[in-house]
Formats: sequence, C-alpha cells, structure tokens
Amino acid sequence: MASDSRKEKIIVKNLHKYFDKNEVLKGVDAVITEGEVVCVIGPSGSGKSTFLRCLNKLEELTSGTIIIDDYDISDKKVNINKVRENIGMVFQQFNLFPNMTVLKNIMMAPVELKKMTKEEAEKKAKELLERVGLSEKAAAYPGELSGGQQQRVAIARALAMNPDIMLFDEPTSALDPEMVGEVLDVMKELAAEGMTMVVVTHEMGFAREVADRVLFMADGGIVEEGTPKEIFDNPQNERTQDFLKKVL
Amino acid sequence: MDFSRVFSEAMPLLLDGLKMTVIASLVSILIGMVIGLLVCLMKMSKNVVLRAIAGVYIWIIRGTPMIVQALIVFFGIPQLIQLAAPDFRSNAITAGIITLSINAGAYLAEIYRGGIMAVPKGQTEAARSLGLSKSKTMIKVVLPQALKFSVPSLVNQFIITIKDTSILTVIGMAEVVNVAQQYVGSTFVYFETYSVVALMYLAIISILMIISNYIEKKLKYEEKKSGK
Repeated sequence: MASDSRKEKIIVKNLHKYFDKNEVLKGVDAVITEGEVVCVIGPSGSGKSTFLRCLNKLEELTSGTIIIDDYDISDKKVNINKVRENIGMVFQQFNLFPNMTVLKNIMMAPVELKKMTKEEAEKKAKELLERVGLSEKAAAYPGELSGGQQQRVAIARALAMNPDIMLFDEPTSALDPEMVGEVLDVMKELAAEGMTMVVVTHEMGFAREVADRVLFMADGGIVEEGTPKEIFDNPQNERTQDFLKKVL
Repeated sequence: MDFSRVFSEAMPLLLDGLKMTVIASLVSILIGMVIGLLVCLMKMSKNVVLRAIAGVYIWIIRGTPMIVQALIVFFGIPQLIQLAAPDFRSNAITAGIITLSINAGAYLAEIYRGGIMAVPKGQTEAARSLGLSKSKTMIKVVLPQALKFSVPSLVNQFIITIKDTSILTVIGMAEVVNVAQQYVGSTFVYFETYSVVALMYLAIISILMIISNYIEKKLKYEEKKSGK
C-alpha cells in the first residue's frame, strides 16, 4: 500500500455525470496516490467505465471536481491536452490506428506533440516493443496481430508519452481467454515499476494479486473500498457480497 | 459513314474542346475538394451559425439543377454586378468553373462527412487520450481513414463532374460538346461527330478509373482482424 507521505495524484470530489436525464455517477469521491494500483470492480452499468473516462475527460463532468497532479481538469481554462499527455489510456477495443504500422502507432503522439524527435521516438518505440515482447512486429499493421498483441501495442503506445498515470478500461474483456495472460503480465510489470494505475476490470485474480486498493462500484457510486484482502475475503456491504458471490 | 471526314476536319477542334473539358474538370474538382472539406467541417462543427450556412448551401445546390445554376452564374449574377460596375463582362470559362466547383463542393462535403462518420469513435478517443488536440486528431487520425472510406464515392463524384462539364455548353463554354455542336451545325455529320465525342468521354473516365483502382489498392492496409 502507498504510504501517506506519497503525493496525491488524482483527487475526485463529488463527481456527478448525467447522460441526458440518466444519472450515471451519483457523487463519487476518491483519492489515488502516486504509485498506487487501484482496481475498480462492479457489475455492468455501475458507472465504473464512465468514472474512469472522466479522469482524462473523455467524458465531460456534469459537476464535481477532478484534480490530476494539481491541475483542476473540471476547470475549462486548464488545457486538457497537456494534462492528457501525462495520462495514458488503454481501451477495451485497443483502438490502434489501423492505417499505421505498429511502430508508427507508438511514435505518432510523441512526434506530433513535439515531445521527441523522430529518431528519439523511434528508439523509444523499439524499447517499448521489446518490453511488451513484440519487437518483431514493428513493421506489421494492427490488422495482422492477434487481440492480445494489439493490446500490448496499445499499452506501448500509451507509454510512449512517458505518462505517470495509466488508465485501463477493461483491457482484457475483448480478448480470447488464452490471450488475457500476456496482457495482464505486461500490466503487472508496470505496476511493479511503480506506475500509478487505475484499472477497470473483471479479472478478479488480477485485482486480488496486483491491486493496492479495490473500489467496488454499484449504482453510480463507490459502495465499498479496501485492500484486496478486505474486499475479497471479508466484504462488508451486501452489494459487494452479492456481486462477489456471482463472479468468484 | 463519314468518320474519316470527322477525323480530318473536326479532330483538331474536338481536341481543343476536350482540352477545355479536362482542364475545367480538373480545376473544378480541386476547388470543389477544398470547398467540400470546408463545408463538411462547418456542417460538423459545434457552431450553430456555421452549421446553418453549410446546411443551406448544400440544400440549395442539391435542390436545383446545375443547368439553372450555370445560367444564374453566367447571366444572372453579372446583371446584378453590372448595376454597380456597368463594364463588367462575364466569362464563360470562369462562370463554368465556378458553377462546377460549387456544385462538386456540395456533394463532396456530404461524401467527406460520410467518410468521417464511418471512422470508429474509438480512433478519436485514442488520439485525444494521447494528448492530441481536436484539430490534430482530425488531420492525423480521422481524415486519412475517412479518405480511404470515401474513395469509391469520391471517384463517382469526379466522374459526374467530368460529364457535367457538357452542361456548360448552354453558357457557351467551348468544351468538347459545345465545339461538336458548332461543327455539326454546318456539316450535319451528327452520328460520327457525337460518337467521337462519346468515345472521348469514355477514354477520360477510363483513365480516371484506372488511377482510382491503383489508389484504392495503395490505400488498402491489412485490416482482416483490425481493432474495431
């Protein structure tokens, strides 16, 4: 668990989100500290993906405050693009750019945003590909890769910007079962290196093993939170107990 | 049949007309592509005024025949301008290219829009999550993919624009049909002359189709199992 002296990376205060008249998030509060790995679990429709997508403002907040690294992203004057450069995101459907090679996918953002020269970005991309075990796929197009490989490239692409927060939105839900492991392994390594991670997942094994803290969401709010041990072995809330009984 | 007469007498004239047809088409397609992109982006913008302007433009152009548009541009509007500048003379080539461009622009705008809408939302989200601005996302991620989706419809529109140049004979632009009409007016070799004109169109459009097939092949990347 993260010690108290560590910096608060993400502070969410009273976050509300409506889709039209439908209230999806009903006042969420959370604090995530540097280096912490937080897994968000809960039944579908509980608002966990929406919560995650609010953290880099892919969803506009209806009301409430989100502070990322001292930047209040609920403030319209804050340049969200700058803040996003420090927040990597990995999607359920990978969302690789199909018209670019694997290498170009990874290099594109650092080069376009003038964070690196082309040479630096290429070097970085190759390092990242080696790290996710796909060096030999640099010249391939996303369509030529398996789902697991695509997701590993997507992680490498997000890491290319040197973010210090990584958001994962059900990263293994679209994968064939035999490919889940290779993606989770990359994520475990990342967690071990001290990356601040927020992971929306249905992989309870991963949450139990890797998370510092587990948030259980239901009906648009965080119903219960604690260490994996607390949540999985001794859940207090009835909703949590009910959910875990169904998925474990 | 008197094809040999058409070839010896009319060919130089017809080739001049053909040159005009090709140049007017090319220039109009290029201008139309720029107009189309602007109008498309206006129509997709959050700004209500821009959206309304684009909508009205597309509505009027698509809702009126091009022959009427050509007559208005060549005869109608100059009359208005002459109220202020009596010496103003309209020019058939300029009026023709303006008509073709604004016409192609309206249709191309909708073709681009269809292409942009066909790019999955996840592509935009991925680019934005990396820190790319809205416009950079559009230019670097969305438009290249949208263009690929649009190629068949774009080529279709280019073909229509090439053939539509023939309508401009009504304002006296010296394109190939206009030249042919003048020639048969004095010689009466209708069948041969117009057959040659038809073959000329067929030849240009065939070349365009060969080029477009090549481009389509070039743009085809591996997408068998591509991320949705």
